[in-house]
Amino acid sequence: MIPFLITTGSVLVFYLILTAGSGTIGLWSLSELVAGVCASVVAGLLTKSFLCHKGDYRMLNPVRLVLAVCYVIGPFFLEMTKANLDVAYRVITMRIRPGIIRVQSDLKSDLGIFMLANSITLTPGTITVDIDEETHDLYIHNINVGEGDEVRPAFRDHELFSLANLPAWIRRIAE
Amino acid sequence: MIAEMLIVLVLVIGTIFNALGVIGLLRFPDIYTRMHATTKATTFGSIFTSLAVVIYGFWRLFVTADSQFLTLAIHAIIAIFALAFTNAVSSHAIARAAHRMGVRPIPAVCDRLEEFKP
Repeated sequence: MIPFLITTGSVLVFYLILTAGSGTIGLWSLSELVAGVCASVVAGLLTKSFLCHKGDYRMLNPVRLVLAVCYVIGPFFLEMTKANLDVAYRVITMRIRPGIIRVQSDLKSDLGIFMLANSITLTPGTITVDIDEETHDLYIHNINVGEGDEVRPAFRDHELFSLANLPAWIRRIAE
Repeated sequence: MIAEMLIVLVLVIGTIFNALGVIGLLRFPDIYTRMHATTKATTFGSIFTSLAVVIYGFWRLFVTADSQFLTLAIHAIIAIFALAFTNAVSSHAIARAAHRMGVRPIPAVCDRLEEFKP
């Protein structure tokens, strides 16, 4: 029952955001509200076993949601800007030293690993190639491996980011 | 006036980064380094071009108070988030599939994944 309510609620909120500005009841028209409730109940019935299949509801905590938004706008966007200037520099000068390195992480939950892998792909010079499901090690293609770093067996996750400690942010949001 | 200049500025930044992504796709040597250019530069560039739509939407909403521009701006914001997520996930999927098919990064100074899964 709780997974159904959570799924229906999130689908309804998403539908209302998509159709904001369609009428006069608040921001919505009556037909959009009725259609939104019907569609979200159907979607909730069909997909209730996917969204929270492990039975933990800690992402409902509003503090975590606000932190997630702050994370995307603040440190994540900063790192992304730096990564893009870096890639632009390497496209023009072709100074690359590529290699696949291994990165160890303390993050344990699925959502945490997912956020870390996506953040790594969009930030400084790195793309996640594979993930070890048991030990949560990430294998990362780095476009510019530092001198002497190719002999190191493993890195820690926060060494990849220079401007902000993104793994600490993700731990606060998702763990 | 300020809004128009801001829109042009954002569009120029977005187009420059998208163009750099294309140049990188042509110049880099193998699939993994090409992926760096296509995922990062095009995500960043497309975020800025969509940001131009968001600025335009809120600007027209402020000027005309017509609610269709609110819908336009909100849809563009959702498109930005969808773009960032799907681009990262799909590039990860392509890189993983390439490595499993046996495409090795050349040139490369080290390949820890190769040692892990021979």
